[in-house]
Amino acid sequence: MSSESISPENTALKSEISPALTPRQLIWRRFRKHRLAMWGIIGFVLLLGFIIIGSIQIGEKKANEVDLKARLSPPSQAHWMGTDSTGRDIFARIIHGGQISLIVGILAVTFSVSLGAIVGGVAAYYGGWVDTLLMRFTEAMLSIPSLFLLIVLGKYLGRNVQTINVFGQSYSGSVGIVIVVIGATSWMYLARIVRANVLSLREMDYISASKSLGASDVRIFFRHLIPNTMGAIIVSSTLGLAGAILNEAYVSFLGLGVQPPTASWGNMLTSAQSFIQRGAWWMWVFPSLFIILTILCINLIGDGLRDAFDPRSNRNL
Amino acid sequence: MWAYIARRSIQALFTLLIITILCFILTRLSADPLAQYATNPNMSAADKEALRERLGLNQPMPVQYFRWLGLAIQGDLGISFFSKQPVGLMITQRLPNTLKLMVTAEIITILVSLFLGIISAVKQYSLLDNVITTFSFIGYSMPIFFIALGAMLIFAVKFKEWGWPYLTTGADIWDQKDPMQFIKHMILPVSCLVIISTAGYARFIRTSILEVLGQDYVRTARAKGLSNRMVLYKHALRNAALPLVTIIGLDIPYLLGGALVTESVYAWPGMGRLFWEYAQRGDFPVVLGVLLIISTAVVAFTIITDIVYTFVDPRIRLN
Repeated sequence: MSSESISPENTALKSEISPALTPRQLIWRRFRKHRLAMWGIIGFVLLLGFIIIGSIQIGEKKANEVDLKARLSPPSQAHWMGTDSTGRDIFARIIHGGQISLIVGILAVTFSVSLGAIVGGVAAYYGGWVDTLLMRFTEAMLSIPSLFLLIVLGKYLGRNVQTINVFGQSYSGSVGIVIVVIGATSWMYLARIVRANVLSLREMDYISASKSLGASDVRIFFRHLIPNTMGAIIVSSTLGLAGAILNEAYVSFLGLGVQPPTASWGNMLTSAQSFIQRGAWWMWVFPSLFIILTILCINLIGDGLRDAFDPRSNRNL
Repeated sequence: MWAYIARRSIQALFTLLIITILCFILTRLSADPLAQYATNPNMSAADKEALRERLGLNQPMPVQYFRWLGLAIQGDLGISFFSKQPVGLMITQRLPNTLKLMVTAEIITILVSLFLGIISAVKQYSLLDNVITTFSFIGYSMPIFFIALGAMLIFAVKFKEWGWPYLTTGADIWDQKDPMQFIKHMILPVSCLVIISTAGYARFIRTSILEVLGQDYVRTARAKGLSNRMVLYKHALRNAALPLVTIIGLDIPYLLGGALVTESVYAWPGMGRLFWEYAQRGDFPVVLGVLLIISTAVVAFTIITDIVYTFVDPRIRLN
């Protein structure tokens, strides 16, 4: 919706310099001006590069290698970020844990965004009792504090965990469960936004036009309604990615998430809790720093996107 | 007005019904409540079966659900499998501790973030504003256990090591009846909660003040010759307070749930930790009881906030 609207100042200014810009170009132009968002992108690309190059250089074996003689050693030449309680190298675990945290985050957001878009879209488009039922359900999910919901669902789905093999690497089945748990507990806000958007779009003339041309519900839904709420979907999936990575950390910190030996930034901190009393600060500082940096970058990008997609919002930052 | 309240209440009851069904399915099926007896040599298989029979655990799930719901409506939340105590009693024992922790943190958070939010809105783009904004962005992106563990490491572990007056961590044994010890134990968890929630609140307050300061009536007030101070206190703050009221109103019920992670890290005997401890044991009456109380509060406060809002802001009419 917002992507179609062009603010008057912008058009007046641009028409002198260049031919009319498409909405996409306008959004990109606004986004580029957002300095903090650009820093966010730079930071995020650096983090991605670090994780990708790191996992090519350092194999997963190294990340899971137990060396009891070197347990709890502080950062040194051999172990840049020290070792954990079983002597595993924290630097290597950060790299591979980051891979898991990002994969979990991205897949969980994909899941929750699809769920939210479908629930919100269907509720608004069909209305009536479908709408009532779906929206009551959304409200019910929203009324349970998110961490409590995560735990209950995590316990429920985590009853029997199997190991799965993807591309020759074996992941603990807990990774899949974490993705579903995070995705299934974070679609509600988007569902509401999409519903509100579709409700107003449904009354637009071009929808009645395509209806009279004989377009099916499915076509109208995917061809008109979803693309026109894309702005809201993109913004909320970016901010949702930050939320998903944070949730992964929380769930894993509580021991319900990704199970060792597979590392994730969250479960690296679980073990840090027990050793903090002995002053093993490196077990706590490094994973936390990476979580904070990643989420900070993604939040900055999300903020920039929100301003770019919605020029009317005069959010001063 | 009354029609509106009635309609909202019926909707809320429906929502609550969905919540109880959802929570019952998830908690009842997530673990076997009698798992603690699985390796008990003093109980034969027949004994276990008899116990299951007596507790009604072998009946069909819908029957179990409606029996639980019927008792819950009458205020009986059942008995914990692990502690053998009534769930209602367990919750009333934990609730005051959680409220002391959370209400203190909430009040300090609101005061601090009002202060920071006003400063950074009034001195927009100044150095101070940039510093506050940066820190609130970082705080917003931080998992609370980062601060909780860090504060524990510095103020409890390292201070003790250096021979400075240190704060105790949750692991120590302490007398909950002694107010001095109580306060001492509250310092770290309250600070963590304040730091994390101030970030979001301060940013929110800054945005709403800036929004009001851009309104026409503020310009009119300035044009009339009112001092900046008067404009700020008489016009800007009052109007910026409206969205704040909503946010606080919607946050209040969550205070009941306590702070699960903070309470766990600092071993604070509150609701969040009660929930977490019993969720790990699969003790579904306790877990369900806590969930029911918090979500009922959330649903109720959503309606209350909406109604209060019409008194605070006469422009809004309920229909």
